[in-house]
Amino acid sequence: MKANGGRSLASRLAELGQRSDRTLKFMEVCGTHTMAAARSGLRSLLPANVRLISGPGCPVCVTPVGYVDHALALAARPEVIVATFGDLMRVPGSAPAGEARNPPSLARARAAGADVRTVYSPADALRLARDNPERVVVFLGVGFETTTPTIAAALLAAEKQAVTNFTVLSANKTVPIAMEVLAGADDLGLDGFLCPGHVSIIIGPEPYSPLVDRFGVACAIAGFEPAEIVAGVESLVDQVLSGRPAVDNTYASVVRPGGNERARALVEQVFEPCDSVWRGVGLIPGTGLQIVERLAGFDAARRFDVDLPEPVEPPGCRCGEVLRGVIEPSECPLFGRVCTPQNPRGACMVSSEGSCAASYLYAEDPVDSGSVREVVA
Amino acid sequence: MCLAVPMKIKSIDGMEAVAVSGGLVVPVQLDLVEGAQVDDYVIVHAGYAITIVDAAEAEETLEILTRLAEIGGGIA
Repeated sequence: MKANGGRSLASRLAELGQRSDRTLKFMEVCGTHTMAAARSGLRSLLPANVRLISGPGCPVCVTPVGYVDHALALAARPEVIVATFGDLMRVPGSAPAGEARNPPSLARARAAGADVRTVYSPADALRLARDNPERVVVFLGVGFETTTPTIAAALLAAEKQAVTNFTVLSANKTVPIAMEVLAGADDLGLDGFLCPGHVSIIIGPEPYSPLVDRFGVACAIAGFEPAEIVAGVESLVDQVLSGRPAVDNTYASVVRPGGNERARALVEQVFEPCDSVWRGVGLIPGTGLQIVERLAGFDAARRFDVDLPEPVEPPGCRCGEVLRGVIEPSECPLFGRVCTPQNPRGACMVSSEGSCAASYLYAEDPVDSGSVREVVA
Repeated sequence: MCLAVPMKIKSIDGMEAVAVSGGLVVPVQLDLVEGAQVDDYVIVHAGYAITIVDAAEAEETLEILTRLAEIGGGIA
């Protein structure tokens, strides 16, 4: 804020629009940016020719429905305690034919008697395993580079302490290669990325360089306060207009060159890259993480043999296009009608970081702009 | 969800610490950071400290957030 000479946010935003004679399109790839931009009304304050669209930055949202089915199948086993971050609880699994209005979810499984616990940290899940030696805890590993080291640390602690009833069902994903796929997508025509702040704490600024070198798009790592997001967008506009795209770290107070090597070293002990399906984007080689052979006993996917249904995405749900930034949430025919945070059809409406939830809660669609909807959490 | 609020470490026992921010007191794992000490500020994600923040930067951030809370913006 000091670097901008004390000019108000409003005047900085207005000036941005006057500088470009064409529409500039940037994507934020972090669910917390999505929510922060929505909550502060930032998206509606941006000039019409500077567009900030939401990308696949919500881990729960890009996790395919088949993963929820896998978690539900494990939750059905009497010896299993499923431990999960709260976001995943109400994400719909595959609905049987004719049951689209009542899809299964972990919350429903719990109501029906399954042992499903919400935890705040993988360390809590490990504690749960220690306290329940006669059961097997399955921690649902959903997250990007920021979350994966916390799971790796818990799993290594389980190994060290011989807590053999702690397991992880990994759907962990890595972000930079997915950004390359989006940067190369002609139908998106992206000019740049607002890079995720806390993913960057772990990986550092360097992994974004191929986006600049190979695709010529601008990159700015930004913090989460409205003024910090605006500083990131200003950097992106500067880069595009000067014709010199780069990786600009505008969140240097916490994002350092090289990132957090210690965290990445723990991840490398536990996980190895694999192919991964991103809802809306499809299979992206090398963007998933699976548990290494040496630690197979801690891998819930290897430890339990379960029958899984053919995955069925919720009919009519356009989550996929929302996640690629192709459509706005309000363009989905289900949005706000049959799909609401109270009764979500797609993951993007469930997660607190989902684009649809952000758009619904803060009424970003032009029809209702200005009002905040009442929602029972 | 990424919380960008720095928390201050009050006590350390091996890899486990207790940190505070505002009125909030939480257990924090230190597995992912090197050399964290009492009174350091850390960014916490899913119960683990993921980086140590420069004290002056952290105090400035907290001051801004406190002021926002006072004028009704809320930290949320």
